[in-house]
Parts: sequence; structure tokens; C-alpha cells
Amino acid sequence: MIQTLFGPPEATPGFLERLREAVQSTRSTLVGHLEDLVQGKSVIDATLLEELEEVLIAGDVGSATTQEVMGAVRQQVNRGQLKDAGELKGAIKEQLLNILQVTSNGVAAPTNSPVVILVVGVNGTGKTTTIGKLAYLIGSQNKKVLLCAGDTFRAAAVEQLEIWGQRTQCEIIKQRPGADPSAVLFDALTSAKARQFDYVIADTAGRLHTKVNLMAELEKMCRTSQRVIPGSPHEVLLVLDATTGQNGLQQARQFTERAGVTGVALTKLDGTAKGGVVLAIARELKLPIRYIGVGEQKEDLLPFDPEQFIESLFS
Amino acid sequence: MFENLTGKLQQVFKRLRGEGKLTEENMTEALREIRLALLEADVNFKVVKQLIDNIRAKALGQDVLNSFSPTQQVVKIVRDELVELLGTTAAKLRFAPQSPSVVFLVGLQGSGKTTSAGKLARWLQKGGHHPLLVSVDVYRPAAREQLFLVAKNIGIPVFQGSATARPAELALAAQQEARQKGYDVLVVDTAGRLHVDEELMSELEEMKQLLQPTEILFIADAMTGQDAVHSAEEFHRRLNLTGVILTKLDGDARGGAALSIRFVTGQPVKFVGTGEKYENLELFHPDRMASRILGMGDLLTLIEKAEETVDRQQAEELEHKLRTDRFSLEDFREQIRQARRMGPLDQVLAMLPSIGPFKGLRPDAVEEKQLVRTEAIINSMTSKERTHPQIINGSRRRRIARGSGASVQEVNQLLRQYDQLRKMMRSLGGRAFKKFGGRTKLPALSS
Ligand SMILES: Nc1nc2c(ncn2[C@@H]2O[C@H](COP(=O)(O)OP(=O)(O)OP(=O)(O)O)[C@@H](O)[C@H]2O)c(=O)[nH]1
Ligand SMILES: [Mg+2]
Repeated sequence: MIQTLFGPPEATPGFLERLREAVQSTRSTLVGHLEDLVQGKSVIDATLLEELEEVLIAGDVGSATTQEVMGAVRQQVNRGQLKDAGELKGAIKEQLLNILQVTSNGVAAPTNSPVVILVVGVNGTGKTTTIGKLAYLIGSQNKKVLLCAGDTFRAAAVEQLEIWGQRTQCEIIKQRPGADPSAVLFDALTSAKARQFDYVIADTAGRLHTKVNLMAELEKMCRTSQRVIPGSPHEVLLVLDATTGQNGLQQARQFTERAGVTGVALTKLDGTAKGGVVLAIARELKLPIRYIGVGEQKEDLLPFDPEQFIESLFS
Repeated sequence: MFENLTGKLQQVFKRLRGEGKLTEENMTEALREIRLALLEADVNFKVVKQLIDNIRAKALGQDVLNSFSPTQQVVKIVRDELVELLGTTAAKLRFAPQSPSVVFLVGLQGSGKTTSAGKLARWLQKGGHHPLLVSVDVYRPAAREQLFLVAKNIGIPVFQGSATARPAELALAAQQEARQKGYDVLVVDTAGRLHVDEELMSELEEMKQLLQPTEILFIADAMTGQDAVHSAEEFHRRLNLTGVILTKLDGDARGGAALSIRFVTGQPVKFVGTGEKYENLELFHPDRMASRILGMGDLLTLIEKAEETVDRQQAEELEHKLRTDRFSLEDFREQIRQARRMGPLDQVLAMLPSIGPFKGLRPDAVEEKQLVRTEAIINSMTSKERTHPQIINGSRRRRIARGSGASVQEVNQLLRQYDQLRKMMRSLGGRAFKKFGGRTKLPALSS
């Protein structure tokens, strides 16, 4: 069961349509960028290479990753391995796909204890919303999900998660504002164990990765989780906003170092931002991208599809 | 990976020393580095192109002045160019001739509108205004609840309104209430929305029609990447923005989006958000932002923070000592003590430039604990050793280590750090202090 959740996307009917729609809406404002560039050009020249490079930069892929990819492709061009613009485009996509595919294994399913998912990230990226969507997704596979209101800091964060709990018919464990998030997590995990929940999804307060104390608080949450349920948290999901630029890599580094991130959810892909920084993240940290967020409704969480994603970078 | 631009340019100009001209030839490589630095800072690539053209035009043919190295000279050109684009002066908040003035806070989801609403209201109140808050975010779960709690925390009135009202109704009712009860500013927290969401964008247009706000501030996340131009441009096209608040600047994002947004909207950044507390709202300083985008650190903010905690006279003494190279370990210890008083260390360190001895000293690299240790080492020195560190030989090092429970390596490391710090201060010397320190007082707050 967990394999279908964390493993390769399972194509359910209706799902592909939604994916297409989501990608389409991103596209509708822009024309087929790459197609435009490639069409009617058979020769590969410096201008074309430069334009393609710009497409990557414009998608927030970042100059280091872009240079690496373009460097490899340029070599192929120099060796005469790429005949025309079409092949050039194919070669770039392949390079990008390679970066993303280093990283697509699922999470091992634990035996007879709840799966613990800890959701982390900087302020406002969409953690709580993603939890709501995830609870819906998992709940619709007939699993019992318990939500943990681990953001005890931000005003009305608990109320926000409670509403998501109602929407998805999931129970929620909470304490008073200002409580120690590890204590709330402890409560939730003990209760989930006793009452045989399949999943616990824990919210955390948004925090900038540069705040030493707040990062230590996350470490503590991980330790608590490990103590109550050995081997947990099974998934530490970093929620990254697709509008984020190169700082996203810094976020991923720090959250991975301090909280042991195991996967990324890329939100707000229903806008015009491409979220290309996940390529830099996958390249350096070998982190798998698990989900994409494409709206504010409970259905708007989709499994990450590398090919679709790369296609949309170029559209 | 990414190194500071200054360091890169130094490499580029290694051969060009003290004389000669900036030419097409020696600028090519430099411009490439500048381009990369700006892209790394998330400045939109089209904006980068424009900037590079301007910089090239300004640089070419310039004589390399004696008082500057080519690197300094080029960095100055780049910095000036950024400052010019960002706006050379701090922009002020405007008020309507007839109260209440209405301020809209608009922007994408998660950019920090609600927190900024609280901060802005507090800032207004401190400036002698009587603000009223209202949330018209009827979409996000518990959004209105969030603003109620924020308002309660800072003790500022908030308009409740009916739970089933539409955004425009709520805003109008709040305006009515402000008028009746004599509030002079109404701060409207709107729902986050995508610039491509036709329905929600026209909702904002409609609210603008109805309330005629004096300020429509675009709340933008400092971590935003290349897409900043698209969202800002569209919000501006639909609403005619009057300014920007750049949030989450307490992180380590370079904040190149500030340039992108300014470029497409022409509107000034009016405030920056620098923390989760309600007092963490500051006026925007283009020169500091330019330094930050270039990775040159935010020395001015640091100095200013220091000024808040250090008394003036002490600061002047310190500056004098630094300039005249009489900065002893005694002073170093005092600095550590003050640093610890200045507040969360990570915040302070985030403002240091990522060059010279500070390189590698990133916020996460230093912990409060370490400072305590360093202080302990200095404490176990004699006062003569503190003022004349050059006398600290091997046996003294061993004694100091024993006395402070540290290892000899740690003592060595501290002495090395101190030495580097002194060297850097010397090289920044009078020049840097004059250059950065031309500033005397902050521009007066307008309110
Ligand atoms: N358009 C769009 N909006 C999203 C998506 N995911 C989240 N949001 C919105 O982004 C805003 C912030 O989401 P939250 O879930 O509150 O973010 P958070 O990370 O929990 O925020 P903090 O707890 O305050 O740090 C809300 O308005 C969400 O509705 C998405 O995929 N697309
Ligand atoms: Mg949240």
C-alpha cells in the first residue's frame, strides 16, 4: 500500500485528465516556448543554444545545473552527435530526466505500526494545505489517518488544520497554542499506536532554515518520533513553493541536514512558476520529488511525473 | 559553488593592477561573472540583460583610478546600477487627504500578507495613527481567524463582520466602521491568489473600485525566483500597485526578486519584513539591498543593530580602535558579549558579508555555545595577554587551554580568528568606514 503512495504514480482514471488540465492552465498563458525556438530551425547554432539555456534559467533551474546540462549537450553537438534542433531538444530533456531519475525509489513500508509523515518547510510554502490533500489522498485508499497539529506557533494554525481534518474526515490531535510541538507529536503517536491508525501526518510551524533554534526544535521532533515509534518518521516531506528561486536549494540542504528530509512536495504549480530548482535539489541531494500541488482543493495533489514536469519547463 | 562576486572579480582582474582602462576585452569575463551572480541572486534573466548592458556602457573606457582596484571600481559600478534601479531613496507610505486612508495588501498565496498586516498596523500605531484591521480572506481555512488573533496579540482593533459576507461587503463595512469610529487607516488583508486566477483578480479590481485605496502594496516573498516578473506585472496591470513589501528577509535569500519587481512595476519597495515578530518591519534601504543581492552582506543593518544595543560612545571607541589597529582581545571579548546581547545569533550572522574571514561563517555554522567557549578562553588569559596577544607563546597557550577547559587547538584557532579579524578590519580600515558610514541617521519615518 505504501508503495503505491510513495512509489511510481498510479494512473487512476480522472487523474490524468486533471494532470493535463493543470499543466494546460500553466501553459495557456505562454506559447509553446521551446517548440517556437526549435520550429523552423534545422541548424544548431550558438543563438539557439543560448536561447535554450535561457529557458532553463527562466524556469529557476539555476546556473550551476543549467551549465552542467548545457555543457554536456554542447559536447554532443561538437562531436556531431546531434543532427538538428529537434535532437538537441531531446538531448536536453534526457539530461534533465537523468537528474530526476536518480531518485525515484519509494519508502519502505513499516510493519504493524503507523507510518509517520512529518511535513516541514519555510513559512507559507503550503505545508498545512498539502497535509489536507495528503490526508484526503491516503484516506481515499481506506486508510485511517491521524493529523497532528504540530504548528503551535502561528496564529490560527491549529484551527486551519482542524478545518482540513473536517474536510477529509480525519481526527486531529492538538494542544494549546505555544505548547511544545514534540509533546503534541508524542501525544499523537502514542494515540495512533494505541488506536491502530495507519498514518500520522504531522504539521510543523513554517521556519526559515537559517534559524538555529527552530531547526533544533525539528530535530527534537524527529527524536521524539523515533523514540515512540522506532524507525520513524518514515517520511520527512519538505514542502517547497514552486515560485521559490535558488534559495530553494539552501532550504533543501538545511532541512535535510537537520531534519533528514526524505522527499519533496512541490506546491503552487498551478501558477506560472516552473519550480526548476527541484532539479538542482535532485542533482545535489538526490532527493525524490514525490508530489506536486496544483490548487487549493483537497484533490489538488498529484504524484510527481518527471517527464510531464520537464515538458512543462519548456512550455 | 557560488562564491562572492568580489572574490570572482578579483580573480578576473588579477593581472590588471592599478592602472589602465576597463576595456571590452577585460570586461567580458567580468560581465560574465556579474551576470552569474545576479542570476544566482534570482534576478530575472531579462532584467539581468538590461543591467549588464547598462553596466557595460558605464564601465567601458573608464580609467582605473589609483585609489581603487579594478575590482572595487567595477563592484561600485554594479552596486550603483542596482541602487539606481531599486530607487535611490527610501519611499514613504502615503495617506489620503480625508480619513480613513485605505491600504490593500495583495499578493500570491503564502507571501506573508497577514503577518505584514499586523506589522504594518503596529508600525502605524507607533507613528501615532489609529489603524483598523480587516481580513477579507474568506477562502483559506482559518485565515480570518488568524488575523483576529494577530490583532489581539498586538492590541489593535480588528473589524469582525459577518462570517458569511463576501470580501467586498466586508471591506466596505470595515471602511464604514473606520469612518464612524474615527480610525484613520484601514488595513485590508486580502486572500492570497494567483495572478492567473481571473475570477479572484477581478474581485480585487472590484474592491479597488469600491474602496479607492491610497496604497495597494504587493507583498512579495524575498525567496521568489524568476517568476516574480510575471506575478508582479499582472498584479500591477490589474491594480496599479503603489508599492511593495518584501518579506522573509531574515533568511539567507539574496532577494534579487526586489530588482525584478521594481523593474516590471516601477513601484518602490516601501518596507521589508525581517522576522516573525510584529516589530520586525523595517523601512527599505536600496543601498543595503544592493549589497545583499551581490552577496556583500548587510553591514549597515548590522551596524545599526549594534547601535541599538551598544552605546554610542563605546561604538565610536571601537571604530577608532579598529581604524587605528588597536583592537585587542579585550575588545574581542566585549564584542562577543555584545553580540550575545544583540539577539538571536543566527539573525546577526545572516547579515555578515560572505567574504573574507566571514566566509564559511554562516548562521548555522556558529552556535551560541561556541561563543560561550570563546569567551571562556579569553577569560582565562591575563589582562596583559588580552591587550598584547603577541606575547602568547606555547606555554601560555597550554596554560590558557587548561584554565578554560579547551584544547590547545581551540586556543590556537581563536588566536588565528582574532588575527584574521584584525587584518580584515585594517583592510576595510578608514576607507570602508567612511564609505559605509557616510550615513549618520536613518531617514525620518513618515507617518
Ligand atoms: N494555488 C495554490 N495555492 C496553494 C497550494 N498549496 C497551498 N496553497 C496556498 O498557499 C497558502 C499557504 O498555505 P499553507 O498551507 O497555509 O502554508 P503553510 O506552509 O502551512 O504556511 P505556514 O504554516 O504559515 O508556514 C494558502 O493560501 C494555501 O491555500 C497550491 O498547490 N496551489
Ligand atoms: Mg501551516
